[in-house]
Amino acid sequence: MSESTAAASAAAEAGLPGLTAGDIEGRSLGDRIYRGVTTVFAAAVPILLVLITFEVMVAAWPAFRQFGLRFITSSAWDPVRGDFGAAPMIYGTLVSSALALLIATPFALGVAIFLAEFAPRWLRQPVAFLVDLLAAVPSVVYGLWGVFVLVPFLRGTVSPFIRDTLGLGNFPLFTGPDYGYNMLSASVILAIMILPYTSAVAREVLLAVPRSQREAALALGATKWEMIRDAVVPYARSGIIGGIILGLGRALGETMAVTMLIGNRHEISSSLFAPGYTMASVIANQFTEATGDLHIAALMAVGAVLMFTTLLVNIIARWLVWRVARPARV
Amino acid sequence: MRRTAAFLILVVAAACSSAGSKSSDTAAGSSGSVDLTGAGATFPYPIYRKWFSVYDSVSGIKINYQSIGSGGGIRQLQEQTVDFGASDAPMSEEEIAKAKGGPVLHFPTVLGADVITYNLESVTQPLRLTGELIAEIFLGKVTKWNDRRIAALNSGVTLPNADILVVHRSDGSGTTFIFTDYLATVSPAWAAGPGRGKEVQWPVGLGGKGNEGVAGQVKQTPGAIGYVELAYAHQNKLPVAHVRNAASAFIEPTTESITAAAAGALAALGPSSDYRVSIVNAGGAASYPISSFTWLLVYQNQPDATKGRKLVDFMKWMYGDGQNYAAELDYAPLPGELRQRLTERLAQIGSNTAAK
Repeated sequence: MSESTAAASAAAEAGLPGLTAGDIEGRSLGDRIYRGVTTVFAAAVPILLVLITFEVMVAAWPAFRQFGLRFITSSAWDPVRGDFGAAPMIYGTLVSSALALLIATPFALGVAIFLAEFAPRWLRQPVAFLVDLLAAVPSVVYGLWGVFVLVPFLRGTVSPFIRDTLGLGNFPLFTGPDYGYNMLSASVILAIMILPYTSAVAREVLLAVPRSQREAALALGATKWEMIRDAVVPYARSGIIGGIILGLGRALGETMAVTMLIGNRHEISSSLFAPGYTMASVIANQFTEATGDLHIAALMAVGAVLMFTTLLVNIIARWLVWRVARPARV
Repeated sequence: MRRTAAFLILVVAAACSSAGSKSSDTAAGSSGSVDLTGAGATFPYPIYRKWFSVYDSVSGIKINYQSIGSGGGIRQLQEQTVDFGASDAPMSEEEIAKAKGGPVLHFPTVLGADVITYNLESVTQPLRLTGELIAEIFLGKVTKWNDRRIAALNSGVTLPNADILVVHRSDGSGTTFIFTDYLATVSPAWAAGPGRGKEVQWPVGLGGKGNEGVAGQVKQTPGAIGYVELAYAHQNKLPVAHVRNAASAFIEPTTESITAAAAGALAALGPSSDYRVSIVNAGGAASYPISSFTWLLVYQNQPDATKGRKLVDFMKWMYGDGQNYAAELDYAPLPGELRQRLTERLAQIGSNTAAK
């Protein structure tokens, strides 16, 4: 609450004669200017979004008109003959992001819970700082690290372990030759990249859980594990999910590191060892050299589909938060 | 958040730098040394940068070139936001028709080439390949290194019983255009399949971003094969294959063998050629077959006579002294006869307005 509002409501409550909160705000020129400026800022963002959407749709229109629904179901991507379909990219974006979320969430929650509940004070700050630092590493550096460290490790150690030691070589998720540049590598790098976002939000939310909540659980005879599971995490649930969604948003749009690791192949394959493609990658790869009108329109259309996918995923996630958050209200 | 912030910083930085260059433009304009601006291909950027800096010191004319990619260069030329464009692939009729300033002339500047690089530990001497075989490999029809068709060309070489992993560019590029142009020229199956373009539908393989992406994936994966431009392969000491040319000789890619390809192709070019020609699989005993020109794109009718004259002056220098700087940067200079012809062709560049 701002000071002036506080003062105004205090004055109003005090029942000063002829002076209401509205009066005070109305009289101050500074307040009105302030209000106007913030309104303009607030309006600028939605207007910008609408304009961007409009521009992208206009540029993408030739592709949508030419291919119709086939654009999102076809796997063809042939700039020479002008036949475009985005299905492998849509699939790649969704699968790599989902897999990244699956890998990152347990780690992120583990880090957050440890830091909020177990870590001694002297350890909490440095570890939190280091985890947050992960978010400051440029994505091209992640990509390089992926090329030189992660890919050889996954190809040389993890892949043989899954196939030979665990004997899962014939399982559809793990078939085909593994060259290291594939859906799995891209997902793992994405997981590392989104971990700090989810973990930072979850940590702050957990730290914000009132002490009384913990004390009540302990007083009822709960162990530390039961206290965290039954009293702390449910209280922080909607915030934690918010953190996961933030990570998901990052994963859907990440371009550079994924492009360097995913193998860039227009193909849908059930195997995580097979190369794939994402929507952000194809735009980054091809936009600079695209000359044909239809090619550019198709890339714009991919951009539009990516925007739409992100929007849809966010709506679903919001709905999820809303569903989950309700019963948790105290 | 962080990305947004970074983006904002970039925008601000770009705004500052463009504001800076604008003010220097006006300053230069008033003192008589009009800047020329160009944009386009990234592949010849090192040699262009060298040329523009040397030319500035010999003539005082400043040329600003942005290596934004051939596609971007063509678009900017069409919109007339630059004085000249640069491209690794010739413009199509359709693209020329869309140029707002009328007919566009293509002037070859230097030559480049694609080399085939591979990762085979047991192979110590350079691998020998033919165009047909490279096409078969990139079509996914030859899948093993010890295929008898590869063995037949490489007697005495121990080829492993390993899968071939094809690596191609994932980003649209002139390098890919040269490569697919070559394959489409020598292989009917390739011409009918993926075809030629800066980006094609690859039947097999992985995509790497940029020369470094392809080279990185090849270096790291035993059994991999890919194509990169000569300068990149040379500077990074990658193993390169010798490719059989139209005269049935296996040729190592060097600046000399690439220049020889242009000389070989020249014989087939009439004096009225517009030079929008491919020189892949060129004739001549010493020609390396996967070679190509890279072009400057110039309007025949220059809207500004002063700028037009300065551009022509620069190009004259480029076809003279300029060519000497090519080889040290791993570009192949144009053969002498071609320089002569192109210098004469500069006379075609005229102006709408009378020269001052």
